[in-house]
Amino acid sequence: MARTLPQIEHLLRRAGFGGSETELSDYGEMGYAAAVEALINFDPAASNAIDDFIRTPGYIGVTATRAFEPQTNITDTRQRWLFRMVHTPSPLQEKMALFWHNHFATGYNKIAGVVGPADGARLMDSRASRDPLGMNGQIELFRTMGLGKFTDLLTEVSKHASMAIWLDGRQNTRNSPQENFGREIIELFTMGVANYVETDVYAAARVFTGWNYTRTLPAGSAIANYTFQFNANQHEPAAKTFSFPIYSNGSKTIPARAQTQGLQDGIDLIVALAHHPETARRLARKLWTFFVSEVREPDAAFVESIAQVYLANDTDMKPVMRAVFNSPQFASAGSHFERYAWPVEFVVRSIKEIGFLGFSVSDTLTPLVNMGQTLYEPPDVSGWDTGTWWFSTGGMLARMNFAAQLVTNQKFNLRDLARPYRSSPESLITGFALSRLTIPMPDPDVYNALLTYVRAGGNWTGSETQLTNKAGGTVHLLAGSADYQFV
Amino acid sequence: MKTTRRDFIRGGVSAFTVTFAAPAFISDLARAQGANRRNLVILYLSGGNDALSTLIPYQDSFYYSRRPTLAVPAGSVLQVGADASGKALGLHPRLTGLKQIFDAGHLAIIQRSGYSNSSRSHFLGTDIWSTANTTNTTGSGWLGRYLDQLPNPAPPLAGWSAVGTVPHSLIGNYVTAPAIPNPAGYAFLSPNTGTEATYSRNAMTSIASHLPAERPQVAFVAGTAQSAMSTLDQVAAVASYAGTVTYANNGLAQALKAVAGAMVQGIGTKVFWVQTGGFDTHSNQGTNAANGTYANNMATVGDSLLAFHNDMKNRGLLNDTCVLVFSEFGRRITENGSGGTDHGAAGVMMAMGGLVNGGLYGTAASLNPDPQNPTLENNGGDVTFETDFRSVYARVIDNWLGVDSTGLLYGNFRKSSLSFI
Repeated sequence: MARTLPQIEHLLRRAGFGGSETELSDYGEMGYAAAVEALINFDPAASNAIDDFIRTPGYIGVTATRAFEPQTNITDTRQRWLFRMVHTPSPLQEKMALFWHNHFATGYNKIAGVVGPADGARLMDSRASRDPLGMNGQIELFRTMGLGKFTDLLTEVSKHASMAIWLDGRQNTRNSPQENFGREIIELFTMGVANYVETDVYAAARVFTGWNYTRTLPAGSAIANYTFQFNANQHEPAAKTFSFPIYSNGSKTIPARAQTQGLQDGIDLIVALAHHPETARRLARKLWTFFVSEVREPDAAFVESIAQVYLANDTDMKPVMRAVFNSPQFASAGSHFERYAWPVEFVVRSIKEIGFLGFSVSDTLTPLVNMGQTLYEPPDVSGWDTGTWWFSTGGMLARMNFAAQLVTNQKFNLRDLARPYRSSPESLITGFALSRLTIPMPDPDVYNALLTYVRAGGNWTGSETQLTNKAGGTVHLLAGSADYQFV
Repeated sequence: MKTTRRDFIRGGVSAFTVTFAAPAFISDLARAQGANRRNLVILYLSGGNDALSTLIPYQDSFYYSRRPTLAVPAGSVLQVGADASGKALGLHPRLTGLKQIFDAGHLAIIQRSGYSNSSRSHFLGTDIWSTANTTNTTGSGWLGRYLDQLPNPAPPLAGWSAVGTVPHSLIGNYVTAPAIPNPAGYAFLSPNTGTEATYSRNAMTSIASHLPAERPQVAFVAGTAQSAMSTLDQVAAVASYAGTVTYANNGLAQALKAVAGAMVQGIGTKVFWVQTGGFDTHSNQGTNAANGTYANNMATVGDSLLAFHNDMKNRGLLNDTCVLVFSEFGRRITENGSGGTDHGAAGVMMAMGGLVNGGLYGTAASLNPDPQNPTLENNGGDVTFETDFRSVYARVIDNWLGVDSTGLLYGNFRKSSLSFI
């Protein structure tokens, strides 16, 4: 696998989960600018169709000791998302879904505790076109709206039953306002800490009183439908005043309204929060961290320019992402490998670069837990602690061990691929292993350690036994090295 | 808040590199291990523990009027006497384990601990407790600073986080602690077997020891790999530890079992971090229900600590350990409409150990909602602090860890009445 397109590789590691051989050649042929457009203007029908290839030859496997039920069994839902990350024709769609999953960090367990495991899985990540009741889960909102207007996404996420359960909005009543959602929509979903005061939280809690959902169970069905419902009689109708403007005329007060009109309170606040300049800057900083660099501070010019694009386009994320990928800061070779790979990024990229035929995504689930990332189960509403926080000793050991596990599974495939490079240890390392993985050229100390490893155990003859041990062994060492933990 | 954490760590990375690039240090390691067997165990209750359900003012009528469904009936609490202000107090009925430790004189309870302008944010609040700084929460953690001043370089297991990540409290400027959530899973895998597996382990150790100075982020990650490789054998010894008591099969009990194992093996750990969650009880708090969230939390905490206490006592190591328990804030006094409580202010801290002077420290709040009530804040909504949490840290640092607290806490927070250790 020739690795000769550093910009396209960089783009695919960031806008997706790394490039397979075919993807690199396809996007490479388009050229960078067209590749960005292709990633942004993906075809939803094509990405939906990828599910049809689950459990077909030529793709990574899934494992279930019973029927495979990705709509209603969370373990299978996890497998399906990882399958999509490996094989989707729309990598940016899944990458944005992951970004928003961390932003609106919602956990399955609490939801399943309220609605049961099957509906819990559906509320997290069902897809309407495949759901018997035609319901979209929260992550599907990210896939279908993640490149649309943030205002719309924030509205739909706030109205979704998953959020009403996760942050207790369903129990936010006129007599006893409940602050959990009101706090986090300001602190975590939009403006961020330091831009609001405590009384804003209390006011926001009252704004969202009455936001709830209805559960309807069709006759004979084991699964239910969940739709947004505004309970007017639970809404607090008095005026609510904030420390920041709610309306374009500068007014900071949501006026007193009849209870029946009270849904508008929440809409007004959501629109105000989504359009607040601090929200624009905060999203721009988060985009910097997720797409550009975690090693350098968010670049001030980048933040201002992305925030400007966001506000000028009425919070539309598509022009925002176009601007991110076309920014000089993103394109700069200096930003290559400046992000600490999230566990799912590391795992999916390893699979795409090392191989997957005969491997099952179910074998990634426990390693991902050990690395600190369980999809649909962020540690709390602020999402995962990313960057250097992934790299505890235990987490790093789990990465090295996942590489070992994957390579053990792919050992004979790797041996076959390495045959043309059997002439010498140097050829095995450089010609085979280092071109198999998209990894920077290792420093001499690392290269020498690899050489010592390949030579250990007797003179190199290139025998089948040597090739079987050392081809995979070298790939394992590289994938478990510090360099490979960056994307 | 994550940006600021990262900001800090980036600043610490180059220093980190220097430390780990230093030459071998076997003699220093041995010296640090032999010098002093004492350790500190932090038990963090994440999510904001409802202190008023842990230590219950069961004769305060406002406690009952403001918590019509959540209040624990006076007849159910485990009475622990009255505090200095004469307020009668009792432990949550499921804290039978803690009550035994209290009766043995090994548990100190410090009421109304917190700080002024208490943050109601989990994330900011946690950072404040981690850095011991209420104004700038982007710096190193207070326990990390303690590890930093150990004989340099510190042994690789000087700090031990029993959760999957290293908490901010344990992040130093020079030293970072390993995260070992499950000692039994802390082993190195190789794609090959026999001598080939040994070659793999040797090569991975060698690769991890390369810390490129010009790319500190890579050096940081390599450093964690290096630290993992160098601690495999010691952790394997801890994993095989069998207690003298039965530890329940839950995360907290198993983490405390690992702590006990590390102490028995004498691997030189000075600070352990263990935590248990489920305290963000906005809804269905279940203080009284047999299987209620909060009731179960209390049982887990009390029973796990009792197991650890008894195990260490049986091993003759109880005088070598001090467990400090706290959360990022207490909760609102008046219950909400969801059968829960929202974010509040001051909380309760506890210290446990063979050399702890057990008893009640500080005074309880009056829960009278009068806005003029000096023991409350936020218009009578929340309990206000009486003891700065840093005064508790200071006592532990000065009197237990034997280090000058004014340096680690950037100021003098000593409070002589806090004679719990």
